[in-house]
Amino acid sequence: MFKRSLIAATVVAAALAGCEQSAAPQQSSAPDVDFQKHLITQLVQAKPGDVIEIPEGHYELTRGLSLNGNGVTIRGAGMDKTVLSFKNQIQGAEGLLVKNADNFILEDLALEDAKGDALKINEGENVIVRRVRTEWTNGPDVNNGAYGIYPVQTTNVLIEDNVAIAASDAGIYVGQSHNIIVRGNRAEYNVAGIEIENSIGADVYNNTAKHNTGGILVFNMPNLPQPGHGTRVYDNIIHENNTENFAPEGTAVSFVPAGSGVMIVSNDQVEVFSNDIKDNDTSNILVSSYFTANDTATNNSVTEAFDQFPESIYIYGNTFTGGGSSPDHLELKALRIAEFGLNGSLPDILWDGVVNPEKLVDGELPEQYRLCIDNEDASIINVDAGNGFANISTDITPHQCQLAKLDPIKIAIAE
Amino acid sequence: MYTKIVSTALVISALALAGCEQSVNHFDRDNTPATLSSWGILDSNGTTLAIHVDSTPYDLNSPLFTDYAHKLRTLYLPEGTAAVVKGDRIEFPVGSIITKTFYYPKGASDGEVVKTNDSYLIDGSSLNLADVQLIETRLLVKQADGWQALPYVWNADQSDATLEIAGDVQAKTLVDGNNKQRFAYVVPDANQCGGCHAPDHTSASIMPIGPKPSNLNGEFSYASGLENQLTYWFNKGLLQETIEPTQTLAIYEDGARDQLDLRARSYLDANCAHCHNPKGAADTSGLMLHIEETDMRAIGLCKPPVAAGRGAGSRPFSLFASHPDKSIMVYRMQSDDPGEMMPEIGRSLQHKEGVALIADWIGNMDPVCE
Repeated sequence: MFKRSLIAATVVAAALAGCEQSAAPQQSSAPDVDFQKHLITQLVQAKPGDVIEIPEGHYELTRGLSLNGNGVTIRGAGMDKTVLSFKNQIQGAEGLLVKNADNFILEDLALEDAKGDALKINEGENVIVRRVRTEWTNGPDVNNGAYGIYPVQTTNVLIEDNVAIAASDAGIYVGQSHNIIVRGNRAEYNVAGIEIENSIGADVYNNTAKHNTGGILVFNMPNLPQPGHGTRVYDNIIHENNTENFAPEGTAVSFVPAGSGVMIVSNDQVEVFSNDIKDNDTSNILVSSYFTANDTATNNSVTEAFDQFPESIYIYGNTFTGGGSSPDHLELKALRIAEFGLNGSLPDILWDGVVNPEKLVDGELPEQYRLCIDNEDASIINVDAGNGFANISTDITPHQCQLAKLDPIKIAIAE
Repeated sequence: MYTKIVSTALVISALALAGCEQSVNHFDRDNTPATLSSWGILDSNGTTLAIHVDSTPYDLNSPLFTDYAHKLRTLYLPEGTAAVVKGDRIEFPVGSIITKTFYYPKGASDGEVVKTNDSYLIDGSSLNLADVQLIETRLLVKQADGWQALPYVWNADQSDATLEIAGDVQAKTLVDGNNKQRFAYVVPDANQCGGCHAPDHTSASIMPIGPKPSNLNGEFSYASGLENQLTYWFNKGLLQETIEPTQTLAIYEDGARDQLDLRARSYLDANCAHCHNPKGAADTSGLMLHIEETDMRAIGLCKPPVAAGRGAGSRPFSLFASHPDKSIMVYRMQSDDPGEMMPEIGRSLQHKEGVALIADWIGNMDPVCE
């Protein structure tokens, strides 16, 4: 249902191609060979406790940077002063790859125009990324790298006061991690602004997600070692995430409809509260199971162990303004007009209505697993995707329930 | 008992032979020499590269692809020591030195290198530098606290190589028949060595990945004649015990001899499994390409991408059975864009023959992903 139509994709491709033709040729500056060799040497020789300071300047690099080992801090002079540009990169799937580094800190610099991910941190405990800017300077483009800030399989991770712009997947993407705080960041013009995926225990607050395809995503994907649960999304500004989906087709976020404020797919125990959510043209909040969201996947695509049902979702105390007035995807466009008229809008919350049949008691899902909404006059639509959209409903009564609230995430390095 | 006697005899004869040779030297982790020659393993006079008499050249059934470079691999174990086999791993004693020298047949002009399948190793022990150009030699040294990876880059007159922990980039042109293709040959930096040589990403320990029983179980053309490498290593005292590998990787060159499935899986094991294994850096993807994996979905069958980004190439599954042109794996192997390609490092060129093998394998699968 949420899958981009082929027509839409073609239009995007044509539009992008047009932009490319009209763009002035980029002046490519000369690589800073000596700087690069010096920096790589520092990274190779880094020992626990070392602080690698990168002075103010705009540096053109040709190779991906790589750091192994614990206890290293990399610090620039500011996210607009120390700029590492990978526009001319010929090697490396990331701008900076940090491998298995405990007690790692990256702060006060920018990583621009990486060919792949800007920053990937693969395993590590006590990881801080703050006041870092990751950006593709040409704006949204299918050829941009996938992720801006990408910690994966990390524990106790603080992502704070960063800026992430124009990633072709997620600006800030925390995957398969434990104990996460994502706060004070600004994510703009990415496909996904901020995404928490297959992670356990995340607090996402005080962020601004504007002009992405989807503002803040909480996903569980199949075939991974760890399913996620327990994310709180609160006190965020989530406005106008209506940028056309420019993700490469087939990727996990390619099926996110443009105009999604918050999107929850297959994840459990997710709280969305006290956010300011405004003018997201498909819907301010979407809640979906995996197979509704990604209709190219088949049963052969997913391990039997995968739980595709989003359960124990609790939405309360948010401010909803506008939204739903111009949804993406043909089915949703048709749905809006059919249910709400030419000038109508989809409700604040869009739910695919798919529940785990094995958990039904007397035909009903027990309250503890439900999508509970305690949000003044918020509206909902259940599209009943599991039954071919047979019983579309806007009745909020089944959702008038309350769930036990999750505990705040405590991380010593974030105190 | 038998092992000891053989190895003692060999050590004595080796010592006798080594009389006129430079000795192999060991250096601690913090005192590694700036020049390759200091180790004494490889000796170049600018016209011939010779390997030390106490080291053993070897080859792999299914090697890692590196921009069509040829590779001379050697193993040196300290006097009186032998390696221990644990499953499909060989544990080498402290003081072991493994080298891998990357070289190309020379083209007509400077910077031109030639794509060939010819062998240039003379008597299993030397290279004629009139025929080939040496690019780099990577050392793996087993220190008391674990393996250390050291990249050395050969100088212009080919007389020695210099330690370059920050790696290097060299502009080359690959000559393939009438085709010429410019490419950047990239020597990885010392941290990037761990991108492949730390197959257990959590421990992050550097280790050799090529020399394992399943990939060594083939013949090598020694000065003394053709012999199985594992037998030769045992007879030379390099192994404490004889090995009967439970699995043997396909010989990459010899397509006709092994089953297509084994050839493809062997190729993936050698080229991908150092990351794509249950403990590897790419366990985040759920794609497992080690030869022991039996779950076809984990090997990629009908498996959607997780975090491939544009590396997915707008294709739905890693292996779209019977549709290589819709399979992400083929797309990423064909790409030479650092943001898309697999492996992530270690090549700038597409391995056309490797792509053909994997495409053939996928094309022969039953169409089960529709």
